[in-house]
Amino acid sequence: MYVAVKGGEAAIDNAHRLLADRRRGDRSVPALTLDQIAEQLALGVDRVMSEGSLYDRRLAALAIKQARGDLIEAVFLVRAYRTTLPRFGYAEPVDTGAMLIERRVSACYKDLPGGQLLGPTFDYTHRLLDEELDGDAEVGPGRLRMGAEEPVSRIADILGAEGLIEEDLDPSPLDEPGDINQTPMEFPLSRAMRLQSLSRGDEGFLLALGYSTQRGYARSHPFAGEIRIGEVEVEVCSPELGFAVPVGRVQLTECQMVNQFKGSAKAPPQFTRGYGLIFGQSERKAMAMALCDRALRAEELGEDIVAPPQDQEFVISHCDNVQATGFVEHLKLPHYVDFQAELGLVRSMRAEHAEPRDESLPDMKEAAE
Amino acid sequence: MNAPTYNFAYLDEQTKRMIRRAILKAIAIPGYQVPFASREMPMPYGWGTGGVQVTAAILGPDDVLKVIDQGADDTTNAVSIRKFFQRVAGIGTTTSTGDATIIQTRHRIPEQPLHEGQVLVYQVPIPEPLRFLEPRETETRKMHALEEYGLMHVKLYEDIARNGHIATTYAYPVKVEGRYVMDPSPTPKFDNPKMHMSAALQLFGAGREKRIYALPPHTEVVSLDFEDHPFEVQRFDKPCALCGAEQVYLDEVVLDDRGGRMFVCSDTDHCETRRANGFFGEMAEGGHDAQTSPLRGGRTEGPGGGEDGTNIPPPLTPPLKGEGNLSRPVAGVGSCKTSETSSFDCVAQAEGTPPGRTSSGHPPLKGEGSR
Repeated sequence: MYVAVKGGEAAIDNAHRLLADRRRGDRSVPALTLDQIAEQLALGVDRVMSEGSLYDRRLAALAIKQARGDLIEAVFLVRAYRTTLPRFGYAEPVDTGAMLIERRVSACYKDLPGGQLLGPTFDYTHRLLDEELDGDAEVGPGRLRMGAEEPVSRIADILGAEGLIEEDLDPSPLDEPGDINQTPMEFPLSRAMRLQSLSRGDEGFLLALGYSTQRGYARSHPFAGEIRIGEVEVEVCSPELGFAVPVGRVQLTECQMVNQFKGSAKAPPQFTRGYGLIFGQSERKAMAMALCDRALRAEELGEDIVAPPQDQEFVISHCDNVQATGFVEHLKLPHYVDFQAELGLVRSMRAEHAEPRDESLPDMKEAAE
Repeated sequence: MNAPTYNFAYLDEQTKRMIRRAILKAIAIPGYQVPFASREMPMPYGWGTGGVQVTAAILGPDDVLKVIDQGADDTTNAVSIRKFFQRVAGIGTTTSTGDATIIQTRHRIPEQPLHEGQVLVYQVPIPEPLRFLEPRETETRKMHALEEYGLMHVKLYEDIARNGHIATTYAYPVKVEGRYVMDPSPTPKFDNPKMHMSAALQLFGAGREKRIYALPPHTEVVSLDFEDHPFEVQRFDKPCALCGAEQVYLDEVVLDDRGGRMFVCSDTDHCETRRANGFFGEMAEGGHDAQTSPLRGGRTEGPGGGEDGTNIPPPLTPPLKGEGNLSRPVAGVGSCKTSETSSFDCVAQAEGTPPGRTSSGHPPLKGEGSR
């Protein structure tokens, strides 16, 4: 017998109670603290900050805890909170050249001003599971060293001095970089707007697209010109003061890809750039972003658009994982009404389909008659 | 850190102003998709964030909100959205179509005709009717600007050529005031005629796609068709098994694994109101007194109201249980329609016609200057 689908609210409440129970897990295991998450799952926290577009380690750690470690869910929590925050204004552009470097590598030069600095990297670790981590074995401190004596020049500046690489300009005519939070997305987007979208885009999506450019879909011969990770000072210019004051420091990962370019009627042969800039430490994402940025510049550089990574509507419309997960998962919602409409149509079409065979009608009716 | 506090109806006032400006523009150009800077909401994209933002922007403290999904007030997402607005706006809610000042809906238009002063807010997944013919936004905007709708007509013609009839059953494209082709959101085409010349203001919000569009009251909305293949709505062979209504949209309910089916009203409020007024279908059994069950007891009667086409007359007695007229919320009447264990939809109206309400029944748009 038909039992009416009622009590949606009670079902939701019960589901959420069960969720809270499962999130906590075995009560005899101590609960995670936010400090533990922020300190020991720091790269997960960084990803949530970068894709959540909110630089706040504590909130990101809280979101990870609340989301049971589901990072996209955590990104979503952070975004939904972020959107309610008041806006005070825009910071001055940060100077990544003045970054307090923790890691800096270049694949273009063996040595360069500021040197190569490996920093805290998984690179060259042998991926062997470390059973010692099952406990809390003593871990020695890292070696402290004073900052570099010489300035750690950005590779783009080194190449730029010789004119070998294009200038670092946004070719869009706009004076203001724009803000993807405040303006509806309308294509074509300026490079600044694209970079904003890519920076908060899904790591996995950008990784796959960037990878595809390496395999021949819009190949652009990239060199990892430079990757640097470290802290920069954020300054805000307050109208009352008339000059910029520092408001804090953020950790950033920056990637400058150096790409081949043959030159065109408009520009002499020179290297071109792909650029990636991410909150926190995420080389993979910054590099993937730089590959995508370069691919998306196809039109500006007069290249043929032959592959999805060069298509800004395709890339930018689909790189946001909060949007993507929402729309994919909305298929869980009831669609009874539309399904009913389709059921009716399929039934009637099947009935019509069966008719001519049964009666073996000699001639088909003229289409659309 | 302090616990986060949220503004009335969640969105900050600046954002509401931005959305209201988009709504006003949308009303001024019926059927035109107005881009707006859609915000992240605390529910997922694709789950009604556009509708929620529109509702949040127009909601005033005196509004009475009804939320339906698939025509039903008690589907989980409708419950969730209703609860959200109760929490962040503290407004009254109802399940009664007649009592609501704002109805947020996904995939249905209530069977009971809406009246002047009501606002119907649609949740829209893909606002662009041409999207599945042309995936590029840059192209489709051009096509709208140039009124280049040939592609859509070709698609409908090809349907007829292949299948003998137009194979679009929901999100059936309409033309608004002879100008813009518009996606009515994925409502079944059964509901399309209800949009035409509706007395209510109809607002469409697409959060993920960042578009708002609108149909002001009494707007001409014509479903696309051909002279020799006129637009038709779905018909059901049987009346609702519970309330006996005909000419309403029905949900198919699978009863067993041997092909047993029953058809019941998709609009739960319509069905419940009819049964409360003594109309019963063939499967409405006696003996069940539980109010929460649609199998609520009573005698079986022949098909009841709603026989004359899609223009369904209001129930014999108003849903407010006989108090006052249909067009306004009535003083002191609780709008509880079900006996759910909690009192979430049993919020009594503190006031009658709210002071300062304009004839359009649209307080936030009016009150914007006073903020």
